[in-house]
Amino acid sequence: MKREYVDVTIDGREIRAPRGEKILWVALENGIEIPHLCALKGQDPPWGGCRLCWVEVEGRGLVTACTEPVRQGMVVHTDTPSVRRLQRRALELLLADHPMDCKNCPKRDRCELLKWMRFLKVKVPKDLRPFPEKRYPVDTSHPVLNFDPNKCILCGRCVWIAKEVVGCGVFDFVWRGYDIRISTFMGKPLKDTDCNGCLKCAEVCPVGALWGK
Amino acid sequence: MSKEEVEAVEEVLESCPRERRHLIRILQAIQEKLGYLPEDALREVALFFGISPAEVYGVATFYNQFRFVPLGKFHIVVCMGTACHSMGGALVLDAFQRELGIKVGEVTPDRKYSLERVGCIGCCTQAPVVVVNGRIFPKMTPYKVEEVLAKLKAEDELGGDKEQG
Repeated sequence: MKREYVDVTIDGREIRAPRGEKILWVALENGIEIPHLCALKGQDPPWGGCRLCWVEVEGRGLVTACTEPVRQGMVVHTDTPSVRRLQRRALELLLADHPMDCKNCPKRDRCELLKWMRFLKVKVPKDLRPFPEKRYPVDTSHPVLNFDPNKCILCGRCVWIAKEVVGCGVFDFVWRGYDIRISTFMGKPLKDTDCNGCLKCAEVCPVGALWGK
Repeated sequence: MSKEEVEAVEEVLESCPRERRHLIRILQAIQEKLGYLPEDALREVALFFGISPAEVYGVATFYNQFRFVPLGKFHIVVCMGTACHSMGGALVLDAFQRELGIKVGEVTPDRKYSLERVGCIGCCTQAPVVVVNGRIFPKMTPYKVEEVLAKLKAEDELGGDKEQG
């Protein structure tokens, strides 16, 4: 019978972790910070869309920590130059399309984008605005939930939690390419959807796209 | 949806197993019958497969082939293939958008004109090309856009539905 646990080394620390657990959650539970924006515990399969949680596994190279399960004897480094380079570039690309209206942002105190900007010492890239700023209307129709698609970084957390946890399925990705966005059915205002106002999506939203009133 | 449209949707769904993998096929079949995907049809499909309407909408918007408004009486297709694009297809498209007051994928409020952009039509020597209900208008310019629209308007007033397939 296979053992329930495996021993891994993360940043020089020897850690005993449940078999099959993803590197990201093992590291986080042991106080080792790995930047991540789209991952939520319980997602199966993991979304792996934000491309922030890069780590280097010896003998395996660069992998995303949210998709890679720990294996016996694995040696992981979370703070190498190539890891940081990839993470900074991924974050810069997210910022390139994000309105930095932090002063007026309802999530400014718990914005995960800002958190990882500070962690990775990334500044707002001034030269990375190849597309005109998109302007979608802000939806304030719902009694408890607000939605600003302009701030959305397309992490997909709200889509997953609405579909798999709450079961309301209010959100999904719509359109494609530069036009892709999170939307309700036919872009209807939230008050005309099945939203029951549980605010789970606002809780997991890493930025100021979804927030409670 | 009208009564006929409801019946058409029901007919399509009747012959389909309730498995999500048939979603795109069903959307195609409904559009084949109705010419577009009405909102209520998307709701019916979501109900049928037991998924959320937003998910159906997400799938349908991903593909260019699906439309959510019926075609106009004159469906104007502007070619944006490589040849047409380099010969000023974008200017022609802009002219149509300006003249009709609609954007790509939309229909004028009177349901007379709809506008679409496509990749190559295949007659690149005639670039830039516009196709209206299967009829080709070659070597277009923004100026000729007015001419074409005037022609279509005259045909419409004559009541002539001389469309070539």
